[in-house]
Amino acid sequence: MSFLTYLINGLSLGSIYAIIALGYTMVYGIAKMLNFAHGDFIMVGCYIIFSVSAALSGNSLVGIILAVILCTLLGITTEFVAYRPLRGAASPLAVLITAIGVSYFLENVALLIFGADIKSFTSVIKWEGLSFAGGALKIQGVTVVTIVISVVILIALQLFINKTKQGQAMLAVAEDKGAATLMGINVNKTIMLTFAIGSALAAVAGALLCSAYPSLSPYTGAMPGIKAFVAAVLGGIGSIPGAMIGGLVLGIVEILSKTYISSQLSDAIVFGILVVVLLVKPTGILGKVIQEKV
Amino acid sequence: MKIDKKTKSNLITYGIVVAAFILFTALASTGNLSSHMKGLLVPMTYYAVIAVALNLCVGILGELSIGHCGFMCIGAFTSAFFSKATAEILPSGIRFFLAFLIGIAFAALFGFLIGIPVLRLKGDYLAIVTLAFGEIIKNILNAFYIGLDKSGIHFSLKNAMELGLDESGEVIVNGAMGITGTPHDSTFTIGIVVLLISLFVVLNLINSRDGRAIMAIRDNYIAAESTGINVTGYKMMAFTISAAIAGAAGVLFSHNITTLTATSQYFGYNASIMILVYVVLGGIGNIRGSVIAACILYLLPELLRGFSNYRMLIYSIVLIVMMIVNWSPKIIEWRKRTLGKFDFRKNSGKEIA
Amino acid sequence: MALLDVNNLSISFGGLRAVDDFNITIEKGELYGLIGPNGAGKTTVFNLLTGVYKPNEGIIRLDGEDITRKSTIEINHCGIARTFQNIRLFKQMPVIDNVKVGLAERYKYSTLEGILHLGKYKKVEKEMDEEAMRLLKVFDLDGERDTLAANLPYGKQRKLEIARAMATDPKLLLLDEPAAGMNPNETGELMDTIALVRKEFGMTILLIEHDMKLVSGICEKLTVLNFGRVLCQGETKEVLADPEVIKAYLGE
Repeated sequence: MSFLTYLINGLSLGSIYAIIALGYTMVYGIAKMLNFAHGDFIMVGCYIIFSVSAALSGNSLVGIILAVILCTLLGITTEFVAYRPLRGAASPLAVLITAIGVSYFLENVALLIFGADIKSFTSVIKWEGLSFAGGALKIQGVTVVTIVISVVILIALQLFINKTKQGQAMLAVAEDKGAATLMGINVNKTIMLTFAIGSALAAVAGALLCSAYPSLSPYTGAMPGIKAFVAAVLGGIGSIPGAMIGGLVLGIVEILSKTYISSQLSDAIVFGILVVVLLVKPTGILGKVIQEKV
Repeated sequence: MKIDKKTKSNLITYGIVVAAFILFTALASTGNLSSHMKGLLVPMTYYAVIAVALNLCVGILGELSIGHCGFMCIGAFTSAFFSKATAEILPSGIRFFLAFLIGIAFAALFGFLIGIPVLRLKGDYLAIVTLAFGEIIKNILNAFYIGLDKSGIHFSLKNAMELGLDESGEVIVNGAMGITGTPHDSTFTIGIVVLLISLFVVLNLINSRDGRAIMAIRDNYIAAESTGINVTGYKMMAFTISAAIAGAAGVLFSHNITTLTATSQYFGYNASIMILVYVVLGGIGNIRGSVIAACILYLLPELLRGFSNYRMLIYSIVLIVMMIVNWSPKIIEWRKRTLGKFDFRKNSGKEIA
Repeated sequence: MALLDVNNLSISFGGLRAVDDFNITIEKGELYGLIGPNGAGKTTVFNLLTGVYKPNEGIIRLDGEDITRKSTIEINHCGIARTFQNIRLFKQMPVIDNVKVGLAERYKYSTLEGILHLGKYKKVEKEMDEEAMRLLKVFDLDGERDTLAANLPYGKQRKLEIARAMATDPKLLLLDEPAAGMNPNETGELMDTIALVRKEFGMTILLIEHDMKLVSGICEKLTVLNFGRVLCQGETKEVLADPEVIKAYLGE
């Protein structure tokens, strides 16, 4: 029974990674950039929920809605101010370093406003959860909600991309920016929409992450951000189902290795999985193999 | 003559380092340097050394690594282990020299071993795997316990008690508590010497048969292969040398602090990214630029201490603005239009110093 | 014995036979043209000859040696050098260094000598510089020795690519559409360059080309590819008069 509990916990953590990874993978697929600041959007979302809940004496729903809206705006602004001027730069490293600058910026703004001390975050999910086999197997409310939300998001995103005009435009821009422009697609608008969706997802992931692991600091988003990025690469960066699979694999491996092997070595094992998978499949589990034409 | 031009450019690079050394030494000996500033001199040299190492990987080989501090970590731990284990046996000069050889050799070995899988990958996939390896190294070192007693070396991944040392034994690597009490052998002078040697190796390599092959792979690996260049071999060579130099930076690092721990602050991906920032702002492929950028950018946040909490905020804004000003295609075009007539660099192009 | 002898070469991508039962025999010193409509498989033949793709069937012999399964690098060392349809230079390197990369297999010193700039380093580098300059002179590029390859005008980039290939001292030179994107003047100059390479180095050349004027002007023999198969093969005049070839080029 305890194994099942850990597995479900892993599934829940993996779902959070998957939601973040979806944002990563969409932005990478379309803007071809590693948005290192993505993890910090999670942290921003958490602080918004934290502050609003404190101001409204515990009403977290308003906080979540506000966090999603503000993170979306933040994503759009960042893209417009910091990333768009560097589109088409001579080296892809330029925008990568800028993203690192944005990450430093967000962390230090949070540091100035909230200080370095760790805030205790109150879970946004008040539900106790499910209990099976006479209490032998308990699943926390936040775990259930996290898994359900991630599945809903995955389905919604798949439908959005495959069934709507904007979604198709995203696929076109991801494939070939030049050709997409010639087909009358507004590339700037499409990329902006991608950032908006990715940032909104980061806010949702933030709410779930801090509900499950209730400690909040300016660096809360950094490591989950990196792990989600690893998940996106693991699944095949640019692929939406890949991000989901990668996230789940990572979450489960992390929890199980923490439990059964060593809590100190769990990160090494997680990163080790990435190395092994990329050695077998150099573009991730569901990644497309791109052969350079000679 | 062209050979003269390259040699001249290299001499200027060495000259700048020597001049900086004389300047800081003079300031320190005349009492014009605060003790806080004096403490920054050695770190400044090892960050310059690892920036040179990373530029060899990113600028010359053309492969993005965001795990180079992992190699620094290997160099730091292996050399500190050696120095502490032999602290009472060997005289300090020989000991420190051997510590360098050991730190460099182990970093090179790991560079080679990690290079085998990593260099098969391309672009961002390669970058993320270097990040992964950097984190794995840091993580494993945090769980390492090594002790020494009469019967030899003891080793555990659990805790210090598991080592089963006898009464003569001493725990040298104590898990997340790291290595305490490494002799403070690093000095500014030695740091400068190591920097000069690193520069000598990298600059000479660039101007040699092997260096040209490495840059050819960077510019076009398909053409390099059909020109008969052993692409895999040269990639491995560049990556291994780069790791070895990062290891030398690690030796300077570990012999400059009392307690060496494998923390994220010094050896995590964030630290590796900080070095990457030095390299990119100094100019990708421009070795001299890396040294200057590393020194200025390392000292900058320290010099901004007067602004206390705002310093990292200012740093981040400066970073973003500099990247946009330097790299935005629109701004570059605008600069060319307005300053075109005076742009003396246009003809010589990107010179590799 | 023929310099290049290719028998029954075939390769498929998915279900498509991109090259099907391809045969060619090139004698030493010949200038041979490989022509055909777009997508006929010409570049694929080059990629098979240079080991970029491995054939499903067939055998490639260079100077009697079987090179079919060798890697691109080994094939270069055996004596095949090439240029590319979309120019592939070492763009961030000076013109002379592009050539010196090609010379690296013949002019050697150890890595340690290279790093220390000691031992054979100075002597060998000097020899390389001289040899590189000699090559650059042939291609009229000696005035641009320190220019970055990326900053050369288009026509000179094409020439530099040939010079780099020649630096590896090949037995057989493969030129993939050397006149692509050139105006008639530049094409004329290129024909002179190719003629010069033959004269100066006694080089055997196989070239892919669309420009009929260039092909009929300099090639002695032609092979016409269509849909991956050899349509016609022989002396240039006869091949160009062949009704099948005219049909493939001009349509019915």
